[in-house]
Amino acid sequence: MDAVIIQILNGLDKGGAYALIALGLTLIFGTLGVVNFAHGALFMLGAFVAVSVNGLLSLESVTLDPTKLTPWGTPAEIRTKLAEEWFGTFGTTLIDYSVPVSIVVAIPVMLLIGLIMERGLIQFFYKRPHADQILVTFGLAIVLQEIVKAIFGANSISQSAPASLAGTIDVISGVAYPTWRMVYFFFSLTVIGAVIAFLQFTTFGMVVRAGMADRETVGLLGINIERRFTIVFGLAAIIAGMAGAMYTPILSPDYHLGMDFLVLSFVVVVVGGMGSIPGAVAAGFILGILQSFAAMEAVKQYFPGIDQIIIYLVAIVILLVRPRGLMGRKGVMET
Amino acid sequence: MSALLTITDVNKSFGGLKALSEVNLSVEQGSVHAIIGPNGAGKSTLLNVLIGKLIPDTGAVMFDGVSLLGLQPHEINQVGVSRVFQTPEIFGELSLIHNVIISTLASRDGAFNLAFWNRVDEDAEITDKAEELLADVGLLEKKDMISSSLSRGDKRRLELAMCLVQQPKLLLLDEPTAGMSRADTNSTIDLLKRIGEERGITKVIIEHDMHVVFSLAQKITVLAQGTPICEGKPEEIKGDPRVQEAYLGGAHL
Amino acid sequence: MNAAIATASSKAQPHAGEAPPNKGADLRNFAIFAVAILSMPLWLQPLGVAYPAFMQKIAIFGTLAIGFNLLFGLTGYLSFGHAAFLGVGSYAAVWSFKLLSMNAVPALIFGTLFGGLFALAIGFISLRRTGIYFSILTLAFAQMAYNLAYSVLTPITNGETALQVVKDDPRVLDAMFGAVGTSSAPVPNLFGMALTGDAGLIGFYFCALLMIGAFYISMRIFRSPFGMMLRAIKTNQQRMRFTGLNPRPYALAVFVVSGMYAGLAGSMMAVVDPLAGAERMQWTASGEVVLMTILGGSGTLIGPVLGAGAIKYFEVKLVEYNKTKLGEIFSFLPDSISDAVVSVSSLFVGGGWHLTLGLIFMLVVIFLPGGIVQGLGKLTSWVRRRTSSSNSASSKSADASQPAE
Repeated sequence: MDAVIIQILNGLDKGGAYALIALGLTLIFGTLGVVNFAHGALFMLGAFVAVSVNGLLSLESVTLDPTKLTPWGTPAEIRTKLAEEWFGTFGTTLIDYSVPVSIVVAIPVMLLIGLIMERGLIQFFYKRPHADQILVTFGLAIVLQEIVKAIFGANSISQSAPASLAGTIDVISGVAYPTWRMVYFFFSLTVIGAVIAFLQFTTFGMVVRAGMADRETVGLLGINIERRFTIVFGLAAIIAGMAGAMYTPILSPDYHLGMDFLVLSFVVVVVGGMGSIPGAVAAGFILGILQSFAAMEAVKQYFPGIDQIIIYLVAIVILLVRPRGLMGRKGVMET
Repeated sequence: MSALLTITDVNKSFGGLKALSEVNLSVEQGSVHAIIGPNGAGKSTLLNVLIGKLIPDTGAVMFDGVSLLGLQPHEINQVGVSRVFQTPEIFGELSLIHNVIISTLASRDGAFNLAFWNRVDEDAEITDKAEELLADVGLLEKKDMISSSLSRGDKRRLELAMCLVQQPKLLLLDEPTAGMSRADTNSTIDLLKRIGEERGITKVIIEHDMHVVFSLAQKITVLAQGTPICEGKPEEIKGDPRVQEAYLGGAHL
Repeated sequence: MNAAIATASSKAQPHAGEAPPNKGADLRNFAIFAVAILSMPLWLQPLGVAYPAFMQKIAIFGTLAIGFNLLFGLTGYLSFGHAAFLGVGSYAAVWSFKLLSMNAVPALIFGTLFGGLFALAIGFISLRRTGIYFSILTLAFAQMAYNLAYSVLTPITNGETALQVVKDDPRVLDAMFGAVGTSSAPVPNLFGMALTGDAGLIGFYFCALLMIGAFYISMRIFRSPFGMMLRAIKTNQQRMRFTGLNPRPYALAVFVVSGMYAGLAGSMMAVVDPLAGAERMQWTASGEVVLMTILGGSGTLIGPVLGAGAIKYFEVKLVEYNKTKLGEIFSFLPDSISDAVVSVSSLFVGGGWHLTLGLIFMLVVIFLPGGIVQGLGKLTSWVRRRTSSSNSASSKSADASQPAE
């Protein structure tokens, strides 16, 4: 029984990341009708926002102290982190909490990136075939990941969770679980809840949902849907970025992160049903949990290699048996 | 005259809504038969049954000795039913001549043929036939144009050429002049008339433009609320009070 | 797509499109193509890439892209799984080297065959869906193949170490015909003629002839009734069905042919370098062949080969550059400016060449959806217009497919 609980828990944080990326993807599908192969890159960019914030907070000033000498007889260097120099102990806390703090930075940065992407590129592809959309965003994804590679190098950069959240907690007696993963799970739930509430209870959200249900009619009502598209894209970029930033202590980001998550999150969206927000969320968690179950030795014993293919296998079966996915509507992107 | 197409006791409902009830209809060989009726009368449901898109709950559809029920669209075409769509369906990215060639090949070589080695343009039997049909509908000089650039009326002509080259036994026309200018409508009517007389192809026209119906049809069936309410020659239908009732006062769905 | 044939007569009637190329024109173009490929060792000399390893790559990726284009260019089905067929072809070829013979012929046959069989299985399922769903299905299958090749299938694929030919492999056919065992692992041959190692250009000519053959078959398909049905799939499946044609078997047939092309390309890889690794099957490798085809011009005959050549050329050339080399190039500029220029431009070369590739690719998709071929078509029609500007009023531009009325 404990083993089962552990596997479910293990799947939650990964499922949360899948759900967050898929949420944005499906939002973009549903409203803009665009297949965004650069969405994984947005997740990756968010992760590197966290890396940058940590880097900035850790900037040091170097002063020489002539009174103290190193064993080699040169004056000792005193390295002080600027944040500590300026803010004292608050600065120390700030550095420790660089990952959560980076979310504050990620929101405006990702919004800006999202707006630039939509206005500068995506908007010209609303009426082009899906294949063209896939191709141009695939090109964009390559460009973004190469820029990150040029700036941050090819190696993965590890980030640490705040010290107080770095340990493990006992979920039930005897089952230790990394605290940060739990934090990530609740974080993803919060974001998902916020997005759904936003769509459910604001006028803006109402228009967006109407647009997802029937784009043409909403356009005919004289509502400026294009401007809202831009905002939706920005919103999806923020979600992906925050998801990426918070994920850094779990998986050290490298420039390739986006492509890895892209394929998985597309599978999640397809399983959930193109354009369905609850579908994306449910499929994200289900697939995350399935993946962690498949990684159990007891399962692998009977189905060797199942952990490697479970997600794809589920996607194939779903697509064949239930072409619209778990919660998809009829006719979305079927041609 | 014998019946080419017989529809017997066809019923179809969606959920609780009865779209077709007890439809009985027979189309005589060589005739031009129009099916008319107000919106929601079940015209398109009936058409979808004929082309294999919908399977009726009960009843039979026999065409020239073959049951059409459960057949795929391409199988229905292969037994001799060609169809013209409300908005012309053509291969927009291809030239006119290729559009007709594809259709010609389909009727000669069947639903699937893995002929990947011989050149289409050297197959005189196919290309001559295709050109002949394009000439017949008056599009020969445009044969190398990309067909998506044609006017609506010309697209309809092309679609007709694609259907006629197959020498179908039955031609289904779904609002053949929908969305056309008056001039295009009239020239399409003339073309359909001429083709009807020259080739003697049986036609079923689904239409609500009375001008078109009375110019073409030899026999008219009026549908209302999913069931045929009367049938007869155009002049009989014109004066029938039930038809006026269905069109003007009826339609309580 | 018309740009491919837009170089033909510009004197056509003002409102008519272009007549399709006839047999003579096709044969002439094919001859030009064959000569151009076979003379690569000469004309690539001034470009500095006339070495066998590079030219073999062109032939191999050219074959792969020609096959991909048969599927995507004609039917519009965008597969993200072609790397899997390539990988399967490689594994089959290396196993043929290990078990049967170092002769390249059985290796190529098995590579093509297994590529096709694999495509048949994947295509049969994936083609139940269209559009983006089809792309995702092929992607999912390819990723499964890739992940399995690294894990459970290690006995067949040899996992991360890659499958290699070793001295002690059985090679029953070779043993039967008494081929002499050498001290080291033997190299692939063609009935005794070595294809790698000291073989020089022989390996290249071998691959080049295979690609020329692949190109010829693709040309036949383009002009055939079968090819015409494939275009019909892309344009209007609804009309196709109501015209009495069944799109499914057509799409599956071309998917299998396309998989066979990829299997052939994979086995060619194994012939010039007898090992097979799983990284060949990753989905980004599928992405590369997509890039090649689009860049060159999808739906055209020559486009995929041009695209493959262009990308491989950029790869080689851009990787060569580094900061020092750039510094030499820009040394004519004042120091401060030169430094800035060098550090910016160094982002786009060397290890960063993928950045350049991504940018070029985006520009192509945005501004030149017909790829290089469309670009060349525009260029020639522009040149022609310049040269015949005197009577330009009467003759319209070469892309005369605009609506007339």
